[in-house]
Amino acid sequence: MTVAVFFGCTFIAFGPAVALFLFTIARDPLRVIFLIAGAFFWLVSLLLSSLVWFITVQISNKNSASQQRGLLIFGVVLSVLLQEAFRYGYYRLLKKANEGLLALSQEDTMPISMRQLAYVSGLGFGFMSGAFSVVNILSDSLGPGTVGIHGDPQHYFISSAFMTLAIILLHMFWGVVFFESCERQRWWALGAVVISHLVVSCLTFVNPHYQGSLIPTYIILSVMAAWAYLCAGGSLRNLKLCLTCKDKDFLLANHRPR
Amino acid sequence: MEHLISINCVKLLIATLFYTCVLSSSVEQKIYVELNNTVPCVRLLNATHQIGCQSSISGDTGVLHVLETESDLDWILSSGPHPPYMVIMETAFFNRSVMMRMKNSPRVAGVAVIVSKTGLADHFSPHTTCPNQNTGLYSENNAPELANCNMTVWNPFGNGLSYEDFSFPVFALKDENQTQVIRKCYEDHNLRVNGSAPRYPLCAMQLFSHMHAVTDTVTCMRRTDLQNRFSINPEVLCDPLSDFNVWTSTRPLNSSAKGHVADESVVIAATRLDGRSFFWEQAPAAEGTVSGIVTLLATIQALYPVTREAPPPRNIFFTFFQGEAFDYIGSSKMVYDMEKNDFVIDLNNVHSMLEIGQIGLRRGQSLWMHSDPVSRRNTSVDTEVLNLMKNVNSAAAGLSVKLDQPSFSQPLPPSSFQRFLRAKQIPGLVLADHNTSFNNRYYESMYDDAENMNVTYPPNLSPDEQLVYETEEAKSLAEVATLVARSLYMQAGGENSRLSNITADPKIVAQLLYGFLVQKNNSWFRSLLPPEVTKKGDNSILSSGPPQFYIGLGPRIHGPVHSVTRFVQYILANLTGSVTNLTESQCQNPSEVNTENKDFFSYFWVSGPASVNGTEEPFCVQASVRLSKAVSPAFELLQYGSRDYSTWTESRWKSIRARIFLVASRELEMLTLGVGVAVLLLSLLVTYFISSKAELLFSSARETPTTTY
Repeated sequence: MTVAVFFGCTFIAFGPAVALFLFTIARDPLRVIFLIAGAFFWLVSLLLSSLVWFITVQISNKNSASQQRGLLIFGVVLSVLLQEAFRYGYYRLLKKANEGLLALSQEDTMPISMRQLAYVSGLGFGFMSGAFSVVNILSDSLGPGTVGIHGDPQHYFISSAFMTLAIILLHMFWGVVFFESCERQRWWALGAVVISHLVVSCLTFVNPHYQGSLIPTYIILSVMAAWAYLCAGGSLRNLKLCLTCKDKDFLLANHRPR
Repeated sequence: MEHLISINCVKLLIATLFYTCVLSSSVEQKIYVELNNTVPCVRLLNATHQIGCQSSISGDTGVLHVLETESDLDWILSSGPHPPYMVIMETAFFNRSVMMRMKNSPRVAGVAVIVSKTGLADHFSPHTTCPNQNTGLYSENNAPELANCNMTVWNPFGNGLSYEDFSFPVFALKDENQTQVIRKCYEDHNLRVNGSAPRYPLCAMQLFSHMHAVTDTVTCMRRTDLQNRFSINPEVLCDPLSDFNVWTSTRPLNSSAKGHVADESVVIAATRLDGRSFFWEQAPAAEGTVSGIVTLLATIQALYPVTREAPPPRNIFFTFFQGEAFDYIGSSKMVYDMEKNDFVIDLNNVHSMLEIGQIGLRRGQSLWMHSDPVSRRNTSVDTEVLNLMKNVNSAAAGLSVKLDQPSFSQPLPPSSFQRFLRAKQIPGLVLADHNTSFNNRYYESMYDDAENMNVTYPPNLSPDEQLVYETEEAKSLAEVATLVARSLYMQAGGENSRLSNITADPKIVAQLLYGFLVQKNNSWFRSLLPPEVTKKGDNSILSSGPPQFYIGLGPRIHGPVHSVTRFVQYILANLTGSVTNLTESQCQNPSEVNTENKDFFSYFWVSGPASVNGTEEPFCVQASVRLSKAVSPAFELLQYGSRDYSTWTESRWKSIRARIFLVASRELEMLTLGVGVAVLLLSLLVTYFISSKAELLFSSARETPTTTY
C-alpha cells in the first residue's frame, strides 16, 4: 500500500522477535550461533519439503483445481512433519554438541543449558519461518495498491503480519516444549506439539476468512505460552510474586551481575 | 555488536537470495491489473520547445474518475475530496478548453482518453491552424503578407493540442475490452451514491511514461554528445526523426553519379508519405496522406506501359517524401542534397513540379490547382505555370474531373513544393480538393481514417472480396490519377495521340486503398513483399490492421525502414519493375552478375502470389526504385537550433505501461503504522520486564543451580 503499511506490517510481524533477540540473545555470542544454526535447520527442512512438493506438482495434472488443492494440503502436512523432524534432529545434534562443548570449555560448568538451547533454537526456527512467510508480502505492500480489485478482502497485509507474529512466537514455545519433552521422554507432549503445529498450519486453509484462522491460532498461542512457561521452570506462584512485589525485585535485579 | 550486524546481514542475504528466485508473486496479481495495449503520448522536441506529455519517473497515480458531464469536470477540478484524479475522458470532452483547464490544475494526475466514434465532435484536429508555418516558403523576409496564414487559414479547426506541453501522462484507450475492465472497476468502487463522496477503497490507475529529454533539441543533443564522449555506458536522451524517401523515374538514373546530369530535364511528381496525431505511432492519415500516395501510385501504374513504348523527351521523376508533418524533413533533405550536388540530379535539371496534396474529399466537386503567386511575378515562371495548367486542363478532357484555380494572390497550401521554391523558382502546381481551407475536418488526428474518406465496404464480404471491391472513392481517385498521368506525359513532352492509352486501373486503386486504409496483411501485399517478411507473422510489418504513418526514428525492431516506406517501395517494384531469372543469392548481390547493372536498378526478392497448395515461388524483380535518407539537414550540419530546417527529435524512455488497482485511505495506512509501532514498543517493554525478572520467573527447583540466564 505504501511505506507506512510496509513499516507497520514489518513491526507487527517481527516486533516481538526482534525485542527478544535484542534483550536476551544479542549479548551472548554462543546463543547467537545456536540461533543461526536453528534457522539453518529450518531452512533445510523447507528445502526438502519444497523439493518434494515441486516434483509432485510437475507430475500432477495442472488443470485440475481439486487435485492442486489436495496437493497443497499434502505439501503443508509434509512440511510440518519435516520441520518437526528437523527440530528433533537439531535436538540430537545439540545433545552431542553439549558434551563436546563441555570437554572443550575451560570452565567446569556447561556454558549454555538445554533450556536455553530450546528457547534459542525455537526462536531461530521462528525467525526463518516468519521471514519466509511474510517477506514477499511486505515487498508488495510497498507499492501504491492494496489487495481487493479481484474481490479479495482488503485486510490481507495486516492479517498476514499478525499470523506471522503468532507463528514466530509459536515456534519458540514449541521449541521449549519439544526439547523438554524429549529430555523427559514424554512422548505424548511431543505428539501434542506436532499436532498443534499441524492444526495451526491447516487453519490457514480457512483464509480468506481471517477471523477463522487468526482467532484459533491466538488461542493456541496462549495455551502453548502457558505450557512453555511451565516447562521452562515457571509457576503460577512465581508469576504472582513477580507481579506484586515488582519494585523490590526490580531494584535488586538491576544490581545483580549478568 | 558486530555479531548482531553480521548475523542480520547474513539473514537478509539468505532471505533476499531465496526471494529473487521466486517468480512474479501471486500477491502482485491480487493487487494489480496490468493494462497491456497502451497508447501513450510522448515528448517531441524542436529547436526551441518541448511538446507532448511527461510522467514522473515512478509513475503518476490517481483515483479514477470518468469525465462524462460538466459536473464531473467540477468534481475533478475543485470539489472532489480525493485528489489527485486520473481522468477517464469520454471522446466528447477531448478538446482544447478541457485539456487546458486540466493542464493548469494540480489535482489532475493524468488523463486516459477513450477513443471511439460515439460522441465524436463534428471536427477535431490537434494540429496547428497553420501547419509548418516557420519552415515554408512564406516568411517575414519573403512575402510577409502571405506568411503565418495571414491570407488563408488552412486548418481552421486546428486546436493545437499536439503542440502543447503537458506535465502529466495522457494515454489513449483503444481496446474496448480493456476500457470495459476500467469502467467496471470504476462502477464497483468509485461511483457517488446520492451525491456523497465514494468511500475507500477506491479504484486508481497508475501511468508510467517518463521521458528522458527536456527543454529543446539543443539541450538534449548537447547532453547526448556529452554522454557519448565521456561516459563508459553512454545514455542517449533523444533521437532525430528520420526515415527514407522513396523515388523512381521513368528513365533510370545512374545512382552512383551525383550532381548535375547533362541534357536531362526532369518533371517531378511528388506527394507525402507520413502523418501524425496526438498519440505516439497513431496516424491513420487517410485523407491527409493515403489519398496522395494511392493517387501517385496509380499514376505511375498508368504511365509506365506508355513511357516504355514511347518515352517522352523529359524524364519524369516520382518521389514520396517522408516526414513532411514535422517541418518538411524529407523534402528539405532532398533539396539540400540537390544543392550540395549529392543527389542523382540537381535543381538545374528540374523543369517543373506537380505535387499531389489532399485529394480524397473531392466528392464530385472541382480539383483545385494551387500555384505560388510570388514566383509567378517572374514572367518566365508564370508562362511555364500557365503552360502546365493548360496541359492539366486538356488532360481532363473526357474525364469527369472538373478543374479550377484559386485566386491569383492566394499562397500555396503547406506542401513539399514550398521547400523547392525556397531554393529555386521552379514552375509547379499543387493539386488539392480544397480551395481556401482544408476539407479535412480531422487533419492529422486519429479520426482521419477510412470512414473520413467515405471508404466503406458492404457487410458480409470476405477480406479477399473487400480487397478488390471498387468503392466510389476508388473510382474517383482513379479518375484523378488518370488526369495526373496524362498531364505529366504532356508536360514531359509526350505525344497527344498516346494520351488515350493512359488510364489508371480502378482495381489497383481499390487494392491500394484497402491495403493502406483497412488491412495491410492482405494477399496482394503479401505477394509483393519478400518471403522473410511474410513468414514472420504477427511480429513483422504485416501485423493486423491498417498501417500507421508516423515517421518514427531510424532502425526499428522490424527492420531498418518504416513499414509504409517498405510497402511503397515494393509496390513500385511490382508496378514498374521487370522479372528477372536471378537466383536468390544473385538477387542479393547483383554486382557479381555481369548482365545486371546495380547503378541503374535495384533488385528485390519477392514472394510472388500464393498458389493454391500453399507453395510459393519467389522471384527476383529489377526496378529503378531507390530510397534516399530523410533526416533533417540540421543534424548533418550540427545546427540543432536551426530556423531553416526541421529540428524535431523524439525523446527516449525506459518503460511505458499502465495498471489499475485499489487504494486504501490514508487513515488506514497510518493506523497500520500505529499498530505496528505499538506492538514493537509493547514487546520491547514486556521483553525487558521478563528478562530482568527472569531469575524470579523461571526459578523452579528442578534446574541445576549452575544454570545462568
